[in-house]
Amino acid sequence: MKFLQATFGIFISLIFFTACKQQTRLPILGPRETRQVKAPDGTVSVDTIYKTIPSFSFLNQDSLPLTNDTFKDKVYIADFFFTSCSTICPVMHRNMKKIFDDYKNNPDIMFLSHTIDFKYDTPSKLKTYAKKLGVDGPKWQFAYGDKAAVYTIAEKDYLVAVMEDSSSPENYVHQGWLVLIDKHRRIRGSYDGTDDKQVAQLIQDIPVLLAEK
Amino acid sequence: MYYVNGRDLYKKHCQNCHGISGEGLENLVPPLTDTAFLKTNKYRLACFIKYGIEGDTIRVAGRTYDGKMPANEKIANIDIAQLIVYLTNSFGNSHGMYTAEQVAVDLEGCNKGR
Repeated sequence: MKFLQATFGIFISLIFFTACKQQTRLPILGPRETRQVKAPDGTVSVDTIYKTIPSFSFLNQDSLPLTNDTFKDKVYIADFFFTSCSTICPVMHRNMKKIFDDYKNNPDIMFLSHTIDFKYDTPSKLKTYAKKLGVDGPKWQFAYGDKAAVYTIAEKDYLVAVMEDSSSPENYVHQGWLVLIDKHRRIRGSYDGTDDKQVAQLIQDIPVLLAEK
Repeated sequence: MYYVNGRDLYKKHCQNCHGISGEGLENLVPPLTDTAFLKTNKYRLACFIKYGIEGDTIRVAGRTYDGKMPANEKIANIDIAQLIVYLTNSFGNSHGMYTAEQVAVDLEGCNKGR
């Protein structure tokens, strides 16, 4: 009887653990499509193709090339900002900095901030900004690129709206999403970096994604 | 009333950069918790708020800040006074009342060319 109870107990806990695991797995965001795959033995199955961040090439705050390889096998948080922004950017980066500090010694996570001010925010400006924010180092990369490249990757790939707008006092308008990217370049979460609740959710989700195999 | 209005104005115009508790942001944005600085520079605050700071360095809480603070030239004197009342009576500061008349006097002395 005891044996039966124990077996039953293990069985129940297995169900529980499996259920938990599935519940805490982060969703894969963005559009997806299916593709038919033919196995060597002739059987046909369907594969899901998830949206991924395409290859990119920018300059970082040290004027060195910044590509997908920089983030190989890393989870990273991406955002779009500009250094002279006094509206949402300081709030986003105050929140990002807290997360950065929490994971200072964890090599599996990185940070990537793209400037949308292609006129003023040269790599040296980004370097000064990074130093002042206290994050100058390989862990938090700042990306500088031409307008087409940065604005396209923002809107088409990270799904963040950005634009140049001469009617706004600071010339640029953008959304404050912090986008969580997994080791396979897929979007696993998008959080309003100016909203305390959503930032708290991001802080909860990071370890879940890091634990994923 | 000055204090409560000042808090709303602070939230609208200042809080993004200076933070909810006036903590600033690392070496990018100075904190508003340096009571000695606020005391010494009380008569410059109206100028800072209205015309911003650019091309100048200020030393706050033991750090040097050389960034740009945006101007807000449309802001009314009464709003500046309310803001000053709020921030000089929050974040560890307690300087009491400030009036729009005093703000008008302060603004006469601003170096607007910057």
